[in-house]
Amino acid sequence: MTLYNQTIAELHKKLVAREVSSEEITRDVLERVKDVEQELKAYLTLTEEAALAAARTVDAKIAAGEKIGPLAGIPVAVKDVMSTKGVRTTCASKILENYVPVYTATAVKKLLGDGAVMIGKTNMDEFAMGSSTENSGFNPTMNPWDIERVPGGSSGGSAAAVAAGEAIYALGSDTGGSIRQPAALCGVVGMKPTYGLVSRYGLVAFASSLDQIGPFTKDVTDCAIVLKALVGHDPADSTSLEYEAEEYVEALQRDVKGMRFGVPKEFMEEGVEPGVKQRFEEAIELFAKLGVEVDETTLPHVDYALSAYYIIAPAEASSNLARFDGVRYGLRVEGEDMIDTYMKTRAAGFGDEVKRRIMLGTYALSAGYYEAYYGQAQKVRTLVAQDFEEAFKKFDGIISPTSPTVAFKIGEKVADPLAMYLSDIFTIPVNLGGFPGISVPCGLSDGLPVGLQIIGPTFGEGIILNAAYAFEQALGFKERPSL
Amino acid sequence: MEYEAVIGLEIHVELLTESKMFCDSTTRFGEEPNTQVCPVCLGMPGTLPVINKKAIEQTVKTGLALNCDIALFSQFHRKNYFYPDMPKNYQISQYDLPLASGGYVEVEMEEEGYTTTVGITRVHLEEDTGKLVHVGGAGRIAGAEYSLVDFNRAGVPLMEIVTEPDMRIPVEAKAFAQKLRAIIQSLGVSDVSMEKGSMRLDVNCSVRPKGVEEFGVKTEIKNLNSFRSLERGLAYEIKRQIEAVEAGEEIVQETRHWDETTGRTSTLRTKEYAHDYRYFPDPDLVPMELDPAWIEEITSTLPELPDERRRRFMEEYGLPSHDATLLTATKASADFYEEAVSLGANAKNVSNWMIVELASYLNAENLEIDECAVTPRHIAELVKMIDAGTISGKIAKDIFGEMFETGKLPSIIVEERGLIQISDESEIAAIVEAVIEENPKSVEDYRGGKQQALGFLVGQVMRLTKGRANPALVNKLLKEKLS
Ligand SMILES: [Zn+2]
Repeated sequence: MTLYNQTIAELHKKLVAREVSSEEITRDVLERVKDVEQELKAYLTLTEEAALAAARTVDAKIAAGEKIGPLAGIPVAVKDVMSTKGVRTTCASKILENYVPVYTATAVKKLLGDGAVMIGKTNMDEFAMGSSTENSGFNPTMNPWDIERVPGGSSGGSAAAVAAGEAIYALGSDTGGSIRQPAALCGVVGMKPTYGLVSRYGLVAFASSLDQIGPFTKDVTDCAIVLKALVGHDPADSTSLEYEAEEYVEALQRDVKGMRFGVPKEFMEEGVEPGVKQRFEEAIELFAKLGVEVDETTLPHVDYALSAYYIIAPAEASSNLARFDGVRYGLRVEGEDMIDTYMKTRAAGFGDEVKRRIMLGTYALSAGYYEAYYGQAQKVRTLVAQDFEEAFKKFDGIISPTSPTVAFKIGEKVADPLAMYLSDIFTIPVNLGGFPGISVPCGLSDGLPVGLQIIGPTFGEGIILNAAYAFEQALGFKERPSL
Repeated sequence: MEYEAVIGLEIHVELLTESKMFCDSTTRFGEEPNTQVCPVCLGMPGTLPVINKKAIEQTVKTGLALNCDIALFSQFHRKNYFYPDMPKNYQISQYDLPLASGGYVEVEMEEEGYTTTVGITRVHLEEDTGKLVHVGGAGRIAGAEYSLVDFNRAGVPLMEIVTEPDMRIPVEAKAFAQKLRAIIQSLGVSDVSMEKGSMRLDVNCSVRPKGVEEFGVKTEIKNLNSFRSLERGLAYEIKRQIEAVEAGEEIVQETRHWDETTGRTSTLRTKEYAHDYRYFPDPDLVPMELDPAWIEEITSTLPELPDERRRRFMEEYGLPSHDATLLTATKASADFYEEAVSLGANAKNVSNWMIVELASYLNAENLEIDECAVTPRHIAELVKMIDAGTISGKIAKDIFGEMFETGKLPSIIVEERGLIQISDESEIAAIVEAVIEENPKSVEDYRGGKQQALGFLVGQVMRLTKGRANPALVNKLLKEKLS
């Protein structure tokens, strides 16, 4: 029986029924990792022994007749941007190549506390800056649907791992689309929750006001299960919200008939690939069959979202990444004096994209430029958020393709950062407003997955999970990568 | 031409909270290096700050005591610059929305006979940095063989108080700083010790021709580690600036370093090296919205402040303004005074002995009132013995040194040395007669109208009684016998 390609819900049932042990599941997943990892390179660090130990602990509990939670004994992959005590956490950067944290991120701690079995830490764009995982300081990750193509990014390792069965589910982080876009490109479900719903404590910050942790799963049901485990106020994160989360799994069963979704006309004017556009139009038709009304809407300021994002995110990043200086941890390249050591360390430790964004952000915050750049970008951010709020008065949610293209060839956009940035054009505005968004598979285009994005209002996770589930059931998308 | 100086102060005060500003590490002083730390105050990747409410309360208290407006909405910003004593390479501080602003302090210039008002521009809160120890070189970072860093102080709440440029002479700056210290002492929010570095002074100073409204170019003076160096450093700097202006030189805007041993200031860095701190709101912290009811509550529980105490000393103890000002200059001295009076000693006499005799001993030994062997009980006993005629004021002065040195009670010293005053009329009369007998010349002079001859005869009686004779009685008896 192959286990690695099953869902959390299926495996949980089997665990409880004692048809299979967590150790068997874990070994099966680890076996799968051995089979495909050479081609995919989804992981940066594997924690095989700790995984098996955790699995045995859960098995012992089951054997003792203890009740287990839905995630107990299920293998998970964690994006290497979340702090894990005793397990090196690199953020896919040379500057943290040998950094081993002394504490564990709240989100990861919650899962481990629920008996999750961590398989390892996944590859990503360095410090989550990128849309293809090619900016990893170590190596790119390949897309399981076509290993000549990127898995998307920045959480490409997590997306590829789930798509290829190298983990049953995974955690990623999403600052401008870093969960939803790779989920779309790898044909899995990925969700960015409302900003503040999941604790950021222990998530190495890229852009603090935009970053949010979320799940990659094989289907929407699993997404609801993992989300429920992740949410909750964390006193260690001042931006985490006090909110009584609903039962997301129950929300899936609600009737979607009568729901209304808007399609921003601005999005459809963008350069959406014909294949992607076609799948999206079919999705709208499918929604109509489900009794969901889909109408055109407008987000008047959304055209400026990308520009605002590329001011705000680098500005915050330039400050967040200042701590990597070779003084306390990570890489140190000795120089002539203190300043020289700083410069040599950072020159050697950071990759080009990280340096580019630090420079952009430093410039945007500089005296004399602050108002023109950062100040202006914050105003745009407010306007974009208001556009969404306005739309949510008429619609339960907003839908769009997750990304304008399917997975592109490795190396195709590396030389053109602006083309790469456009990959997140539909996901970035959502982060600016702090809204939840989910990407759910909506078919293939030329054999490559296309994602449908459903965006909800603040705390609208139940709504978008509900709609995504109904869509998933109606579409019946069952394809898996051939790898 | 006559010149005047324009002086403004920036005072940093470390607050006395149990835990640090943004984490729960303890603030204990003098512990082994890097033991009062945690992932947050070490700036480990992924950690987040959480505001210490106690520090906010203490800053609000200080703001209220300095007659400031308390901001119902305020914010923390990041101040970005690289230095190895800063774990994050940015300091969380306040920028355009400080907790308190627009206050004032009234400063009594007792010796000079006037009261001046010093405006308080703002009071804000930030985190302290760590401490660097440079090994080799001249103990400075340039030329050091290597440097060590201790993060125990990193993250301790640091309150910054900025004044308006309202002071004109060094002694005003000193009097203001002392008054500020007394206010903070009375609030109990800091131990405001210049020695331990929990109170640090930076001074801005410029000169201009008297009558001119425009400010001259200012310099900032650092390393003023005592009230004495504040006064000396300012006096030097003012003189230097006036001489430069008179010589037709331009004052350069710069930071200057005060050297206590040479008594001079010298250039530390010029304006060209000024940092661009790239302030921006810390996205890890939400803006603070203070509840007016909470501020009301803090206001109602403010302790008696030095000004009120000074007024009460004048009313309750009938002290002149001069005495009341000196006694309330520090909380310790005011507490000392009230305790001595409460032991039944005459209020005005206790004041005299404190501000004359005790003050000169403390000055000579460079001690604070709560650091010496003399307690309120000593002074109370001494005053009561004088007032009861047990010892003369002269004897009291004689034994003060021993009391100060050994901490022995005055009654013990008097008994050990047999210094009890002779107030027995017959005993003194016998000595008076003997003196008259032995000094016929002086007796004749006195009778001939030379008043000073009486002084000589009194002196002879005192000599024979080793100063123990009651001087009033001696006077009275001599006059009687000679008339
Ligand atoms: Zn700490």
